[in-house]
Amino acid sequence: MAHGPSESFFSRWLFSTNHKDIGTLYLWFSFAMFLLGGAFAMVIRAELFQPGMQLIEPEFFNQMTTMHGLVMVFGAIMPAFVGLANWMIPMMIGAPDMALPRMNNLSFWILPFAFAILVSTLFMEGGGPNFGWTFYAPLSTTYAPDTVNYFIFGVHIMGASSIMGSINIIATVINMRAPGMTYMKMPLFVWTWVITAFLLVAVMPVLAGAVTMMLMDINFGTSFFDAAGGGDPVLFQHVFWFFGHPEVYIIILPAFGVVSQIIPTFSRKPLFGYSSMVYATASIAFLSFIVWAHHMFTVGMPIAGELYFMYATMLIAVPTGVKVFNWVTTMYKGALTFETPMLFSIAFVILFTFGGFTGMMLSIAAADTQYHDTYFVVAHFHYVMVAGAVFSGTAAVYYWLPKWCGRMYDETMGKVQFWIAFIAFNITFMPQHFLGLAGMPRRYSDYGLQFADWNMVSSIGAFMYGGAQLLFLFNVIRTIGWGKPIDDPKVWEGAEGLEWTLPTPAPFHTFSTPPVLK
Amino acid sequence: MENTTSHRNVLIKSLLGAAVMFMFAIFVLPPLYDLFCEITGIGGKTGDAYTATEVVVDTTREVEVQFVATNNATMPWEFYPVEHKVVVHPGEQKEIVFYAKNLTGMDMVGQAIPNVLPNNAADYFLKTECFCFNNQPLAAGDDAELAVVFIIDPDLPASVNTVTLSYTIFDITDRGSMQVSQLK
Repeated sequence: MAHGPSESFFSRWLFSTNHKDIGTLYLWFSFAMFLLGGAFAMVIRAELFQPGMQLIEPEFFNQMTTMHGLVMVFGAIMPAFVGLANWMIPMMIGAPDMALPRMNNLSFWILPFAFAILVSTLFMEGGGPNFGWTFYAPLSTTYAPDTVNYFIFGVHIMGASSIMGSINIIATVINMRAPGMTYMKMPLFVWTWVITAFLLVAVMPVLAGAVTMMLMDINFGTSFFDAAGGGDPVLFQHVFWFFGHPEVYIIILPAFGVVSQIIPTFSRKPLFGYSSMVYATASIAFLSFIVWAHHMFTVGMPIAGELYFMYATMLIAVPTGVKVFNWVTTMYKGALTFETPMLFSIAFVILFTFGGFTGMMLSIAAADTQYHDTYFVVAHFHYVMVAGAVFSGTAAVYYWLPKWCGRMYDETMGKVQFWIAFIAFNITFMPQHFLGLAGMPRRYSDYGLQFADWNMVSSIGAFMYGGAQLLFLFNVIRTIGWGKPIDDPKVWEGAEGLEWTLPTPAPFHTFSTPPVLK
Repeated sequence: MENTTSHRNVLIKSLLGAAVMFMFAIFVLPPLYDLFCEITGIGGKTGDAYTATEVVVDTTREVEVQFVATNNATMPWEFYPVEHKVVVHPGEQKEIVFYAKNLTGMDMVGQAIPNVLPNNAADYFLKTECFCFNNQPLAAGDDAELAVVFIIDPDLPASVNTVTLSYTIFDITDRGSMQVSQLK
């Protein structure tokens, strides 16, 4: 087993079964998708810079909002965390590789095809999907462009990829922990990922079911969502959000895991309340299955339904509050230093909590009638997705990159990126709360003059935020190519865990013999 | 590798779980949703054809029944209720008529989908005969009078004094008659 990676570039990357190489592939792919989805966002913000139609047609605007959502959720955030899982889980639990390496290869390599299919629709007659990333029927069935079939096929492939990736993680964690690595000793990143993997196996098939029903409605004359044939469009929303709500926790739980690794390192204290973190994560995962209709308060639910979904949703604040409390308490009286990963993690805690509070506002059924489908919702989920998942992913890259490539990133550039990203993020999305409360609906290519000022501010922030990502890309490439070499296994003085016992940079094969746990 | 069988176990169990969830989404959720709507009356869906039984007409109570007709999307037919409202006693059988005319030069098939408001009245609006049970072919330029025979169940909640029966007519010419026969 002592051999290294294949000499040939193609056989190394195309046929790779090595968890580190596949992790790298996932991370680069997700970053490419992040830039693509970001480019779509720039188009949206450029059009919304001023009222009136400036740059693009409304039809293309709709395609941009849809593709931005789809690419960011399924192409950028999810594969990024699968990439981190591939890299880190075997190293954290003392396993030589993932449990099912060939399936690992397959689950990555079908992804570029899924997105090639999805993105290619933009160049086809009729254009790409234009019905929003939530693809509500009948917009996505009766009134969809013909290319919707490509979209459906793409979603099926992504789903298959996610399910395979998750099964791999579950098998690895169940079967391949080093002797002595009991479940309650696993690093929290591993814990959050296992729970996420179970969520994925449970709900990605529901998404596949939803798009399959769409496919049949469109092509085979069934009427799942078509009122003309006795179906019900509202059923689509229920099925979609039965997938969609667990999906948002699929996105955020691994981010919780990352932050729970980083904050103790730079606080030089063990994580406060480890077991409560595990239980809180599991509770959030469970609750995610029983709150889906809070996305649909305005479809016409009986009052009992509204009340139930409202209270159940508010209940999620309890385990989430436990987590925030634990992160803050971990920092309390710690010997804090503020390296780039720590800055991103602290920003995560602050901004995610802020997004959580706006979520609480949205959970109030009566108030949601006003907020529903406005920019308030857009601002809310960007606070939890961008400042949540993306900030945490950035923190993870800065935290582990020196371990991966044996070179130190440029700390100053990292901090500059952080401050630009932090400030620009708030400039972009804070005003969207005001726009939403003032009544600006989401997903429109134009708006009333009274919304002009804050939209301009938001667009300026968005361009700055986009620029910060280019700095990130530059810093990562510079580190890999020309960063200052380091060989300290721990990299960070306060880091704890099996991955930091390995040499830096991490060799191609690690833990071929299981480590002995103290 | 000693791990191979346990890996395979996880793989098989997880794939089975995923397959079950897929089936659940397609074969369980939609009927479950229909059942839920039927029990709660959400969505205003009315029941299948009702066979009239002997009931006592409650002459002490009057319920106003209003009729609304809507054309879905681009459906070009003329479609309206001949009477816009009637007043009935619960338990009394009543026939009313909708008028439909195919204004186009093509033979078409329409399908009317009923809906009752308020939601808690849906279960008490019983139709013994309805054109909505079948699809409605109309040759180019033809018209038809479409009958509905209904009874308001005497158990209609006391708070309900007005019931609105709405029909939306859909163009299902391209769909043929498939699926349509099983409509409610």
